[in-house]
Amino acid sequence: MMSERYLNAGVLIALLIVPIWAHLADAPYTITLATRVAILALAAVGLNIALGLGGLVSLGHAVFFGIGGYAMGVLAHHAQTYTALDLGIFTVDGTKSMPIIWLVAVGTSAVAAVIIGALSLRTSGVYFIMITLAFGQMFYYFAISWSTYGGEDGLSIYLRNDFPGLNTLIPIQFFAICFAVLSLVLLLQAGVSRSAFGLALNAARQAPTRVEAVGLNPKRLQFVAFILSATITGLAGALFADLNRFVSPSMFSWQFSGEIMVFVILGGVGRLCGPVVGAAVFVLLEHVLGGLTEFWHIYLGLILLIIVQFARGGIVGLLATDRGQHG
Amino acid sequence: MTLLSVANLNASYGVSQALFGVDLEIAEGEVLALLGRNGMGKSTTVKCICRMMPSEGEMSFSGKDLSALPSHQAARLGIGLVPEGRRCFRDLTVYENLIAAARHGAWTLDRVVSLFPRLGERQKQFARSLSGGEQQMLAIGRALMTNPHLLVLDEATEGLAPIIRQEIWAAIRTLKSETSMSILIIDKSMKELRGIADRAVILERGKSVWHGNMADLDPETCERFIGV
Repeated sequence: MMSERYLNAGVLIALLIVPIWAHLADAPYTITLATRVAILALAAVGLNIALGLGGLVSLGHAVFFGIGGYAMGVLAHHAQTYTALDLGIFTVDGTKSMPIIWLVAVGTSAVAAVIIGALSLRTSGVYFIMITLAFGQMFYYFAISWSTYGGEDGLSIYLRNDFPGLNTLIPIQFFAICFAVLSLVLLLQAGVSRSAFGLALNAARQAPTRVEAVGLNPKRLQFVAFILSATITGLAGALFADLNRFVSPSMFSWQFSGEIMVFVILGGVGRLCGPVVGAAVFVLLEHVLGGLTEFWHIYLGLILLIIVQFARGGIVGLLATDRGQHG
Repeated sequence: MTLLSVANLNASYGVSQALFGVDLEIAEGEVLALLGRNGMGKSTTVKCICRMMPSEGEMSFSGKDLSALPSHQAARLGIGLVPEGRRCFRDLTVYENLIAAARHGAWTLDRVVSLFPRLGERQKQFARSLSGGEQQMLAIGRALMTNPHLLVLDEATEGLAPIIRQEIWAAIRTLKSETSMSILIIDKSMKELRGIADRAVILERGKSVWHGNMADLDPETCERFIGV
């Protein structure tokens, strides 16, 4: 058992060391796996703010992941085909610039989260789960029918987008970008959870009526958390699309919403680095067991079952001495 | 000047009516005791004032109509509730409980800690690990950190050890003597209330049946309506 702070540092150092070793050992596939961990962890960090801090069981977070992915796909598609993107009242050129794509991904995810959050947060419990799932399915089928951008087949991007000063086609450099984004977002989450807003959000998750009695609106707190959470997952979607140089409606699928929730639960709900640990375990199992059997999800299910039954704080909760957001 | 005015307040739990026209007023800086036997509607009245349950009747606070406001907006107007049963945020530390809902004003963390030194010693402890008395102090401190104009104490000393009760009564006396805060207090300890409250309202079967100065509350009235 160790302090959660040291455990978090250890997790991030391990995530950093593995691809550096792989780079030196000329094992680019391992770097890609580590990049995948960083991006999926980022998506789950987003969900962890809604689920872990806010207590919002969203089964529709793939919406934001997909929006981020398609923000990248659409902008890069227009840039590589030298066509303008027609927005009805005006047209804009596509772009291959990652920072601009990230801004668009974050902005569009935030707009979607405002609409989805405003409607979903009128409900709670199982109805909240169902309404977020319903939004997920709406976006999924919209993407399938969006023939301009590949419909069901998705959209391929020939070259990875650009980041100033780096060659993103070199795996270790793209990993560095993803790792830096993940680290910054984790710092942001740590700051948020210690702020008055984060504490009030945590309190609202524990006892909404008590929070109201001290003059705070729990729904408004959850609404802000939902938007913040969505923008982070949207950013992860843009990075994921860049990693694969491909976007498809599967990024919107409810299965993916479930998967990022699995990362959070495996690692530890409300734990800062829980999503990183969860995503790492998932990718590791997918890589190791996926090579042995296509039914590797059975083993994942077994591990999840054990975690839920015997270790509510997830893997981080098992290893760390400190409390988590869920006690 | 009247801070809180409640007139003809009615409230129900489903089909069973609990309040049948409660009237009360609290002036600025005044301490009002809300008295009555168990089940007479004291806590229900407090819940209605804090907008935690629907009610009918007229309620105004600082001249603003309370009756249409949601609970959090009533609190933001300046009503600080210390609910029955303490009800701290169990999974937050003492420090986090205090700053989670803090609003700018005269009451700061240092001032709350000077009122309740025990809280200062236990700032890093989780609320769930505190004793009942310390949790009560934390609940009062948390309400004070919202810088209310009216502090509502619902059975703040119930079920506590005598020495802790004395600490809490001493804090309430300090609040009365050193601040201009109005206090609405529900408690069974008539001896302490006589030393603190300026006026009293007695509830009987969901209706206010006696209003007056605390000094005018005679033993016969106490025996008849409060049972002490």
